[in-house]
Amino acid sequence: MGYQLDFRKVLQGEYFGLILQGLQTTMVLFVISWVLGLILAIFLTVVRAIEFRPTQFLVAAFVEYHRNVPILIQLFVWYFGFAVVLPDVVNDYLNDVGAEIGYAIVALALNKAAYMSEDFRSGLRSIHPAQMEAARAIGLTYLGAMKWVILPQAWRLALPALLGQTLILFKGTSLAAGIGVAELSYQARYVEEQSFRIFEAYGVVTAIYMVISFAIMWASSVLSSRYRLRVK
Amino acid sequence: MLDILQEYGVLLLIGEYPHGKLGGLAMTLIISFVSLIVTFPCAILIALARTGKNKPLKRLASGFVHCVRAIPLLMLIFWAYFALPVVIGIPIDATYTLIIAIVIYQTAYLGEIIASGIEGLPKGQMEAAEALGLGYIPTTFRILLPQALFNVIPGIVNQLTTIIKESSLGSIIAVPELSYAMLQVNSNEVTKPLQIFGILAATYFVLCFALSQATGVLERRISNRRTGRVVVGAVA
Repeated sequence: MGYQLDFRKVLQGEYFGLILQGLQTTMVLFVISWVLGLILAIFLTVVRAIEFRPTQFLVAAFVEYHRNVPILIQLFVWYFGFAVVLPDVVNDYLNDVGAEIGYAIVALALNKAAYMSEDFRSGLRSIHPAQMEAARAIGLTYLGAMKWVILPQAWRLALPALLGQTLILFKGTSLAAGIGVAELSYQARYVEEQSFRIFEAYGVVTAIYMVISFAIMWASSVLSSRYRLRVK
Repeated sequence: MLDILQEYGVLLLIGEYPHGKLGGLAMTLIISFVSLIVTFPCAILIALARTGKNKPLKRLASGFVHCVRAIPLLMLIFWAYFALPVVIGIPIDATYTLIIAIVIYQTAYLGEIIASGIEGLPKGQMEAAEALGLGYIPTTFRILLPQALFNVIPGIVNQLTTIIKESSLGSIIAVPELSYAMLQVNSNEVTKPLQIFGILAATYFVLCFALSQATGVLERRISNRRTGRVVVGAVA
Protein backbone atom coordinates (compact mmCIF):
# COMPACT_ATOMS: atom_id res chain seq x y z
CA MET A 1 0.00 0.00 0.00
CA GLY A 2 2.96 2.27 0.55
CA TYR A 3 1.37 4.15 3.42
CA GLN A 4 3.62 4.58 6.43
CA LEU A 5 1.87 5.28 9.72
CA ASP A 6 3.60 8.20 11.41
CA PHE A 7 1.84 9.53 14.47
CA ARG A 8 4.53 12.13 15.11
CA LYS A 9 3.01 14.28 12.35
CA VAL A 10 -0.21 14.83 14.27
CA LEU A 11 1.10 14.43 17.82
CA GLN A 12 3.29 17.51 17.80
CA GLY A 13 3.38 21.07 16.61
CA GLU A 14 0.52 22.92 15.01
CA TYR A 15 -1.73 19.94 14.30
CA PHE A 16 -1.61 18.65 17.84
CA GLY A 17 -2.43 22.17 19.03
CA LEU A 18 -5.52 22.18 16.80
CA ILE A 19 -6.64 18.82 18.16
CA LEU A 20 -6.21 20.07 21.73
CA GLN A 21 -8.23 23.19 20.90
CA GLY A 22 -10.90 20.91 19.48
CA LEU A 23 -10.89 18.85 22.65
CA GLN A 24 -11.30 22.01 24.72
CA THR A 25 -14.28 23.14 22.61
CA THR A 26 -15.84 19.67 22.86
CA MET A 27 -15.53 19.73 26.64
CA VAL A 28 -16.96 23.27 26.84
CA LEU A 29 -19.95 22.17 24.72
CA PHE A 30 -20.39 19.02 26.78
CA VAL A 31 -20.16 20.53 30.27
CA ILE A 32 -22.23 23.68 29.64
CA SER A 33 -24.97 21.83 27.72
CA TRP A 34 -25.09 19.17 30.42
CA VAL A 35 -25.51 21.66 33.26
CA LEU A 36 -28.06 23.81 31.38
CA GLY A 37 -29.90 20.67 30.21
CA LEU A 38 -30.14 19.30 33.72
CA ILE A 39 -31.48 22.56 35.18
CA LEU A 40 -34.07 22.90 32.43
CA ALA A 41 -35.01 19.22 32.77
CA ILE A 42 -35.79 19.67 36.47
CA PHE A 43 -37.90 22.72 35.64
CA LEU A 44 -39.78 20.80 32.91
CA THR A 45 -40.41 17.86 35.23
CA VAL A 46 -41.89 20.15 37.88
CA VAL A 47 -44.10 21.94 35.32
CA ARG A 48 -45.34 18.62 33.97
CA ALA A 49 -46.08 17.31 37.46
CA ILE A 50 -48.47 20.22 38.09
CA GLU A 51 -52.01 19.31 37.08
CA PHE A 52 -52.68 22.03 34.53
CA ARG A 53 -53.48 20.81 31.03
CA PRO A 54 -52.13 23.63 28.81
CA THR A 55 -48.64 23.70 30.38
CA GLN A 56 -48.51 19.90 30.50
CA PHE A 57 -49.31 19.83 26.79
CA LEU A 58 -46.61 22.41 26.05
CA VAL A 59 -43.97 20.39 27.90
CA ALA A 60 -45.11 17.20 26.13
CA ALA A 61 -44.86 18.96 22.75
CA PHE A 62 -41.38 20.24 23.64
CA VAL A 63 -40.26 16.74 24.60
CA GLU A 64 -41.74 15.09 21.50
CA TYR A 65 -40.19 17.64 19.16
CA HIS A 66 -36.75 17.03 20.59
CA ARG A 67 -37.13 13.28 20.61
CA ASN A 68 -38.44 12.88 17.07
CA VAL A 69 -36.29 15.32 15.10
CA PRO A 70 -32.61 14.48 14.48
CA ILE A 71 -30.22 16.54 16.63
CA LEU A 72 -28.41 17.69 13.50
CA ILE A 73 -31.66 19.21 12.20
CA GLN A 74 -32.27 20.88 15.57
CA LEU A 75 -28.82 22.43 15.21
CA PHE A 76 -29.70 23.58 11.67
CA VAL A 77 -32.96 25.12 12.86
CA TRP A 78 -31.12 27.21 15.44
CA TYR A 79 -28.11 28.05 13.34
CA PHE A 80 -29.77 28.79 10.00
CA GLY A 81 -33.37 29.37 11.00
CA PHE A 82 -33.29 31.28 14.25
CA ALA A 83 -30.60 33.68 13.06
CA VAL A 84 -32.95 35.35 10.52
CA VAL A 85 -35.45 36.18 13.25
CA LEU A 86 -32.86 38.25 15.09
CA PRO A 87 -32.18 41.85 14.06
CA ASP A 88 -29.02 42.46 12.02
CA VAL A 89 -27.30 44.28 14.88
CA VAL A 90 -27.63 41.24 17.14
CA ASN A 91 -26.47 38.90 14.38
CA ASP A 92 -23.39 40.98 13.66
CA TYR A 93 -22.51 40.97 17.33
CA LEU A 94 -23.11 37.20 17.62
CA ASN A 95 -20.98 36.47 14.57
CA ASP A 96 -18.16 38.48 16.10
CA VAL A 97 -18.17 36.53 19.35
CA GLY A 98 -18.73 33.14 17.69
CA ALA A 99 -22.39 32.37 17.14
CA GLU A 100 -21.94 28.70 16.17
CA ILE A 101 -20.88 27.51 19.58
CA GLY A 102 -23.69 29.46 21.26
CA TYR A 103 -26.33 27.93 18.99
CA ALA A 104 -24.76 24.49 19.46
CA ILE A 105 -24.97 24.84 23.25
CA VAL A 106 -28.60 26.00 23.06
CA ALA A 107 -29.60 23.15 20.74
CA LEU A 108 -27.77 20.44 22.69
CA ALA A 109 -28.98 21.72 26.07
CA LEU A 110 -32.63 21.87 24.95
CA ASN A 111 -32.35 18.40 23.43
CA LYS A 112 -30.85 16.89 26.57
CA ALA A 113 -33.40 18.69 28.76
CA ALA A 114 -36.19 16.91 26.85
CA TYR A 115 -34.62 13.48 27.29
CA MET A 116 -33.57 14.01 30.91
CA SER A 117 -37.00 15.30 31.93
CA GLU A 118 -38.50 12.09 30.51
CA ASP A 119 -36.04 10.09 32.64
CA PHE A 120 -37.00 12.05 35.76
CA ARG A 121 -40.66 11.58 34.97
CA SER A 122 -40.37 7.83 34.56
CA GLY A 123 -38.37 7.73 37.82
CA LEU A 124 -41.19 9.57 39.58
CA ARG A 125 -43.89 7.45 37.97
CA SER A 126 -42.33 4.17 39.04
CA ILE A 127 -42.92 5.04 42.69
CA HIS A 128 -46.26 3.75 43.81
CA PRO A 129 -48.82 6.50 44.60
CA ALA A 130 -49.58 4.69 47.85
CA GLN A 131 -46.19 5.84 49.16
CA MET A 132 -47.31 9.45 48.85
CA GLU A 133 -50.61 8.65 50.54
CA ALA A 134 -48.85 6.78 53.34
CA ALA A 135 -46.40 9.64 53.85
CA ARG A 136 -49.27 12.15 54.01
CA ALA A 137 -51.18 9.87 56.37
CA ILE A 138 -48.36 9.86 58.92
CA GLY A 139 -48.45 13.65 58.91
CA LEU A 140 -45.81 14.80 56.40
CA THR A 141 -46.67 17.80 54.26
CA TYR A 142 -46.72 17.44 50.46
CA LEU A 143 -43.24 18.97 50.14
CA GLY A 144 -42.01 16.98 53.13
CA ALA A 145 -43.23 13.74 51.59
CA MET A 146 -41.53 14.71 48.33
CA LYS A 147 -38.27 15.52 50.08
CA TRP A 148 -38.06 12.57 52.48
CA VAL A 149 -39.93 9.80 50.68
CA ILE A 150 -40.47 10.28 46.96
CA LEU A 151 -37.41 12.16 45.63
CA PRO A 152 -34.70 10.09 47.38
CA GLN A 153 -36.07 7.03 45.57
CA ALA A 154 -36.97 8.74 42.30
CA TRP A 155 -33.53 10.17 41.58
CA ARG A 156 -31.92 6.83 42.26
CA LEU A 157 -34.30 5.17 39.82
CA ALA A 158 -33.62 7.84 37.19
CA LEU A 159 -29.84 7.81 37.66
CA PRO A 160 -28.81 5.02 35.21
CA ALA A 161 -30.86 6.60 32.41
CA LEU A 162 -29.41 10.05 33.20
CA LEU A 163 -25.87 8.69 33.05
CA GLY A 164 -26.71 7.06 29.72
CA GLN A 165 -27.87 10.46 28.46
CA THR A 166 -24.57 11.93 29.61
CA LEU A 167 -22.63 9.59 27.33
CA ILE A 168 -25.02 10.28 24.44
CA LEU A 169 -24.57 14.02 24.96
CA PHE A 170 -20.79 13.68 24.94
CA LYS A 171 -20.93 11.84 21.62
CA GLY A 172 -23.60 14.24 20.36
CA THR A 173 -21.24 17.21 20.69
CA SER A 174 -19.56 15.89 17.53
CA LEU A 175 -22.64 16.94 15.53
CA ALA A 176 -21.79 20.58 16.23
CA ALA A 177 -19.19 20.10 13.47
CA GLY A 178 -22.19 20.12 11.11
CA ILE A 179 -22.73 23.85 11.76
CA GLY A 180 -19.02 24.65 11.77
CA VAL A 181 -18.12 24.59 15.47
CA ALA A 182 -14.40 23.81 15.63
CA GLU A 183 -14.71 20.90 18.05
CA LEU A 184 -12.87 17.58 18.01
CA SER A 185 -14.45 15.96 14.91
CA TYR A 186 -14.18 19.19 12.95
CA GLN A 187 -10.48 19.45 13.81
CA ALA A 188 -9.95 15.80 12.89
CA ARG A 189 -11.35 16.56 9.46
CA TYR A 190 -9.29 19.76 9.14
CA VAL A 191 -6.03 18.17 10.26
CA GLU A 192 -6.65 15.26 7.87
CA GLU A 193 -7.23 17.66 4.99
CA GLN A 194 -4.12 19.71 5.75
CA SER A 195 -1.70 16.92 6.57
CA PHE A 196 -3.03 14.09 4.34
CA ARG A 197 -2.58 11.87 7.38
CA ILE A 198 -5.98 10.15 7.35
CA PHE A 199 -5.33 7.28 9.77
CA GLU A 200 -3.24 9.28 12.22
CA ALA A 201 -5.67 12.22 12.44
CA TYR A 202 -8.80 10.06 12.81
CA GLY A 203 -6.92 7.54 14.95
CA VAL A 204 -5.82 10.12 17.52
CA VAL A 205 -9.24 11.82 17.68
CA THR A 206 -11.10 8.49 17.88
CA ALA A 207 -8.77 7.46 20.71
CA ILE A 208 -9.53 10.70 22.59
CA TYR A 209 -13.27 10.11 22.19
CA MET A 210 -12.90 6.52 23.38
CA VAL A 211 -10.85 7.42 26.45
CA ILE A 212 -13.40 10.01 27.61
CA SER A 213 -16.37 7.77 26.75
CA PHE A 214 -14.85 4.87 28.69
CA ALA A 215 -14.26 7.20 31.62
CA ILE A 216 -17.93 8.24 31.50
CA MET A 217 -19.05 4.58 31.21
CA TRP A 218 -16.85 3.59 34.14
CA ALA A 219 -18.07 6.46 36.31
CA SER A 220 -21.65 5.58 35.34
CA SER A 221 -21.33 1.98 36.43
CA VAL A 222 -19.67 3.00 39.72
CA LEU A 223 -22.35 5.61 40.47
CA SER A 224 -25.23 3.36 39.39
CA SER A 225 -24.19 0.52 41.64
CA ARG A 226 -23.37 2.89 44.53
CA TYR A 227 -26.79 4.51 44.45
CA ARG A 228 -28.88 1.52 43.43
CA LEU A 229 -32.23 1.35 45.17
CA ARG A 230 -32.07 -1.66 47.45
CA VAL A 231 -35.70 -2.51 48.15
CA LYS A 232 -38.21 -5.26 47.31
CA MET B 1 -44.04 27.93 3.12
CA LEU B 2 -46.41 26.51 0.51
CA ASP B 3 -44.42 28.03 -2.34
CA ILE B 4 -41.32 26.19 -1.17
CA LEU B 5 -43.22 22.90 -1.16
CA GLN B 6 -44.69 23.70 -4.57
CA GLU B 7 -41.35 24.46 -6.11
CA TYR B 8 -39.19 21.84 -4.44
CA GLY B 9 -41.74 19.24 -3.30
CA VAL B 10 -40.81 16.65 -5.91
CA LEU B 11 -37.09 17.24 -5.37
CA LEU B 12 -37.56 16.69 -1.64
CA LEU B 13 -39.60 13.53 -2.15
CA ILE B 14 -37.57 11.66 -4.76
CA GLY B 15 -34.61 13.88 -5.69
CA GLU B 16 -33.78 14.29 -9.38
CA TYR B 17 -35.17 10.85 -10.22
CA PRO B 18 -35.90 9.71 -13.00
CA HIS B 19 -33.60 12.19 -14.76
CA GLY B 20 -30.83 11.89 -12.21
CA LYS B 21 -29.96 10.33 -8.90
CA LEU B 22 -32.67 9.23 -6.50
CA GLY B 23 -32.68 11.40 -3.41
CA GLY B 24 -34.75 13.23 -0.82
CA LEU B 25 -37.20 11.50 1.47
CA ALA B 26 -37.23 8.33 -0.66
CA MET B 27 -33.47 8.04 -0.21
CA THR B 28 -33.72 8.61 3.54
CA LEU B 29 -36.27 5.79 3.78
CA ILE B 30 -34.25 3.45 1.54
CA ILE B 31 -31.05 4.09 3.52
CA SER B 32 -32.90 3.49 6.80
CA PHE B 33 -34.58 0.25 5.75
CA VAL B 34 -31.48 -1.17 4.06
CA SER B 35 -29.41 -0.30 7.14
CA LEU B 36 -31.91 -2.01 9.43
CA ILE B 37 -32.12 -5.12 7.24
CA VAL B 38 -28.33 -5.47 7.00
CA THR B 39 -27.91 -4.72 10.73
CA PHE B 40 -30.42 -7.37 11.76
CA PRO B 41 -28.38 -10.58 11.11
CA CYS B 42 -25.20 -8.92 12.45
CA ALA B 43 -27.03 -7.90 15.62
CA ILE B 44 -28.37 -11.45 16.08
CA LEU B 45 -24.80 -12.81 15.87
CA ILE B 46 -23.59 -10.27 18.45
CA ALA B 47 -26.54 -11.10 20.72
CA LEU B 48 -25.88 -14.86 20.46
CA ALA B 49 -22.19 -14.31 21.23
CA ARG B 50 -23.09 -12.06 24.19
CA THR B 51 -25.52 -14.57 25.70
CA GLY B 52 -23.66 -17.75 24.73
CA LYS B 53 -21.35 -19.96 26.76
CA ASN B 54 -18.18 -19.43 24.74
CA LYS B 55 -15.98 -17.15 26.91
CA PRO B 56 -13.60 -15.73 24.23
CA LEU B 57 -16.50 -15.02 21.85
CA LYS B 58 -18.40 -13.40 24.68
CA ARG B 59 -15.47 -11.11 25.47
CA LEU B 60 -14.95 -10.27 21.81
CA ALA B 61 -18.60 -9.32 21.35
CA SER B 62 -18.69 -7.26 24.53
CA GLY B 63 -15.45 -5.51 23.51
CA PHE B 64 -16.97 -4.66 20.13
CA VAL B 65 -20.15 -3.31 21.70
CA HIS B 66 -18.27 -1.16 24.22
CA CYS B 67 -15.87 0.24 21.63
CA VAL B 68 -18.63 1.16 19.19
CA ARG B 69 -20.64 2.80 21.94
CA ALA B 70 -17.62 4.91 22.87
CA ILE B 71 -17.28 6.49 19.41
CA PRO B 72 -19.60 9.17 17.97
CA LEU B 73 -21.39 8.04 14.81
CA LEU B 74 -19.86 11.00 12.97
CA MET B 75 -16.35 9.62 13.57
CA LEU B 76 -17.44 6.22 12.23
CA ILE B 77 -18.83 7.96 9.15
CA PHE B 78 -15.52 9.81 8.68
CA TRP B 79 -13.64 6.52 8.94
CA ALA B 80 -15.93 4.84 6.45
CA TYR B 81 -15.96 7.78 4.05
CA PHE B 82 -12.33 8.94 4.10
CA ALA B 83 -10.26 6.02 5.40
CA LEU B 84 -12.03 2.91 4.12
CA PRO B 85 -11.56 3.67 0.38
CA VAL B 86 -7.80 4.13 1.03
CA VAL B 87 -7.63 0.77 2.80
CA ILE B 88 -9.47 -1.27 0.18
CA GLY B 89 -8.13 0.77 -2.72
CA ILE B 90 -11.40 1.48 -4.53
CA PRO B 91 -13.70 4.50 -4.16
CA ILE B 92 -17.06 3.82 -2.48
CA ASP B 93 -20.23 5.81 -3.05
CA ALA B 94 -21.09 8.11 -0.13
CA THR B 95 -24.49 6.40 0.27
CA TYR B 96 -22.82 3.03 0.86
CA THR B 97 -20.33 4.48 3.33
CA LEU B 98 -23.21 5.98 5.30
CA ILE B 99 -24.99 2.61 5.34
CA ILE B 100 -21.77 0.84 6.41
CA ALA B 101 -21.23 3.29 9.28
CA ILE B 102 -24.85 3.03 10.46
CA VAL B 103 -24.75 -0.78 10.26
CA ILE B 104 -21.58 -0.99 12.40
CA TYR B 105 -22.99 1.50 14.90
CA GLN B 106 -26.44 -0.05 15.12
CA THR B 107 -25.13 -3.63 15.31
CA ALA B 108 -23.85 -2.74 18.77
CA TYR B 109 -27.14 -1.18 19.91
CA LEU B 110 -29.55 -3.63 18.26
CA GLY B 111 -27.34 -6.50 19.45
CA GLU B 112 -27.83 -5.35 23.04
CA ILE B 113 -31.59 -5.13 22.54
CA ILE B 114 -31.81 -8.65 21.11
CA ALA B 115 -29.46 -9.96 23.82
CA SER B 116 -31.78 -8.52 26.47
CA GLY B 117 -34.67 -10.30 24.73
CA ILE B 118 -32.80 -13.62 24.91
CA GLU B 119 -31.86 -13.07 28.53
CA GLY B 120 -35.45 -12.18 29.35
CA LEU B 121 -36.68 -15.66 28.41
CA PRO B 122 -37.32 -18.08 31.27
CA LYS B 123 -34.36 -20.41 31.95
CA GLY B 124 -36.74 -23.39 31.64
CA GLN B 125 -37.01 -22.88 27.87
CA MET B 126 -33.34 -23.62 27.34
CA GLU B 127 -33.33 -26.46 29.87
CA ALA B 128 -36.41 -28.10 28.37
CA ALA B 129 -34.86 -27.96 24.92
CA GLU B 130 -31.68 -29.53 26.29
CA ALA B 131 -33.66 -32.20 28.11
CA LEU B 132 -35.40 -33.09 24.85
CA GLY B 133 -31.98 -33.57 23.30
CA LEU B 134 -32.14 -30.62 20.89
CA GLY B 135 -28.75 -29.41 19.69
CA TYR B 136 -27.46 -25.83 19.78
CA ILE B 137 -28.73 -24.83 16.33
CA PRO B 138 -32.35 -26.01 16.69
CA THR B 139 -32.52 -24.70 20.26
CA THR B 140 -31.33 -21.29 19.13
CA PHE B 141 -33.31 -20.94 15.93
CA ARG B 142 -36.50 -22.75 16.85
CA ILE B 143 -36.86 -22.08 20.58
CA LEU B 144 -34.89 -19.02 21.71
CA LEU B 145 -34.81 -16.60 18.78
CA PRO B 146 -38.48 -16.79 17.68
CA GLN B 147 -39.62 -15.86 21.19
CA ALA B 148 -36.85 -13.39 21.94
CA LEU B 149 -37.28 -11.54 18.63
CA PHE B 150 -41.05 -11.38 19.05
CA ASN B 151 -40.64 -9.83 22.48
CA VAL B 152 -38.19 -7.17 21.25
CA ILE B 153 -40.22 -6.08 18.19
CA PRO B 154 -40.93 -2.70 19.87
CA GLY B 155 -37.21 -2.22 20.47
CA ILE B 156 -36.47 -2.99 16.83
CA VAL B 157 -39.07 -0.51 15.55
CA ASN B 158 -37.63 2.04 17.96
CA GLN B 159 -34.18 1.46 16.48
CA LEU B 160 -35.66 2.16 13.03
CA THR B 161 -36.68 5.61 14.31
CA THR B 162 -33.14 6.11 15.56
CA ILE B 163 -31.69 5.02 12.21
CA ILE B 164 -33.95 7.45 10.31
CA LYS B 165 -32.67 10.24 12.56
CA GLU B 166 -29.07 9.11 12.20
CA SER B 167 -29.31 9.02 8.41
CA SER B 168 -29.52 12.84 8.55
CA LEU B 169 -25.74 12.78 9.19
CA GLY B 170 -25.43 11.80 5.53
CA SER B 171 -25.81 15.49 4.70
CA ILE B 172 -22.30 16.06 6.10
CA ILE B 173 -20.71 13.71 3.53
CA ALA B 174 -23.09 14.81 0.72
CA VAL B 175 -25.35 11.73 0.59
CA PRO B 176 -28.38 12.91 -1.43
CA GLU B 177 -30.93 12.25 1.32
CA LEU B 178 -33.62 14.51 2.77
CA SER B 179 -31.41 16.78 4.91
CA TYR B 180 -28.89 17.23 2.11
CA ALA B 181 -31.68 18.10 -0.34
CA MET B 182 -32.96 20.68 2.14
CA LEU B 183 -29.49 22.21 2.55
CA GLN B 184 -29.37 22.61 -1.22
CA VAL B 185 -32.80 24.22 -1.26
CA ASN B 186 -31.58 26.52 1.49
CA SER B 187 -28.60 27.62 -0.57
CA ASN B 188 -30.95 28.39 -3.50
CA GLU B 189 -33.48 30.32 -1.41
CA VAL B 190 -31.23 32.27 0.91
CA THR B 191 -34.01 34.31 2.48
CA LYS B 192 -36.24 31.62 4.01
CA PRO B 193 -34.11 29.38 6.22
CA LEU B 194 -36.66 29.29 9.04
CA GLN B 195 -39.42 27.95 6.78
CA ILE B 196 -37.07 25.53 5.03
CA PHE B 197 -35.67 23.98 8.20
CA GLY B 198 -39.13 24.09 9.76
CA ILE B 199 -40.42 21.90 6.92
CA LEU B 200 -37.42 19.61 7.32
CA ALA B 201 -37.95 19.24 11.07
CA ALA B 202 -41.69 18.69 10.55
CA THR B 203 -41.06 15.91 8.02
CA TYR B 204 -38.77 14.03 10.37
CA PHE B 205 -41.18 14.67 13.22
CA VAL B 206 -44.19 13.18 11.41
CA LEU B 207 -42.18 10.14 10.35
CA CYS B 208 -40.57 9.41 13.71
CA PHE B 209 -43.54 10.38 15.86
CA ALA B 210 -45.80 7.98 13.91
CA LEU B 211 -43.23 5.21 14.35
CA SER B 212 -42.80 5.85 18.06
CA GLN B 213 -46.58 5.84 18.58
CA ALA B 214 -46.67 2.52 16.73
CA THR B 215 -43.94 1.27 19.06
CA GLY B 216 -46.14 2.11 22.03
CA VAL B 217 -49.10 0.20 20.60
CA LEU B 218 -46.91 -2.82 19.77
CA GLU B 219 -45.41 -2.74 23.24
CA ARG B 220 -48.84 -2.91 24.90
CA ARG B 221 -50.04 -5.69 22.59
CA ILE B 222 -46.96 -7.78 23.13
CA SER B 223 -46.83 -7.37 26.89
CA ASN B 224 -50.53 -8.24 27.05
CA ARG B 225 -49.91 -11.35 25.00
CA ARG B 226 -46.99 -12.37 27.19
CA THR B 227 -48.94 -11.94 30.39
CA GLY B 228 -51.97 -13.64 28.84
CA ARG B 229 -54.26 -10.64 29.22
CA VAL B 230 -57.01 -10.39 26.62
CA VAL B 231 -57.28 -7.09 24.78
CA VAL B 232 -60.76 -6.14 23.68
CA GLY B 233 -60.76 -5.60 19.94
CA ALA B 234 -57.29 -7.01 19.36
CA VAL B 235 -56.99 -9.01 16.17
CA ALA B 236 -54.13 -11.29 17.16
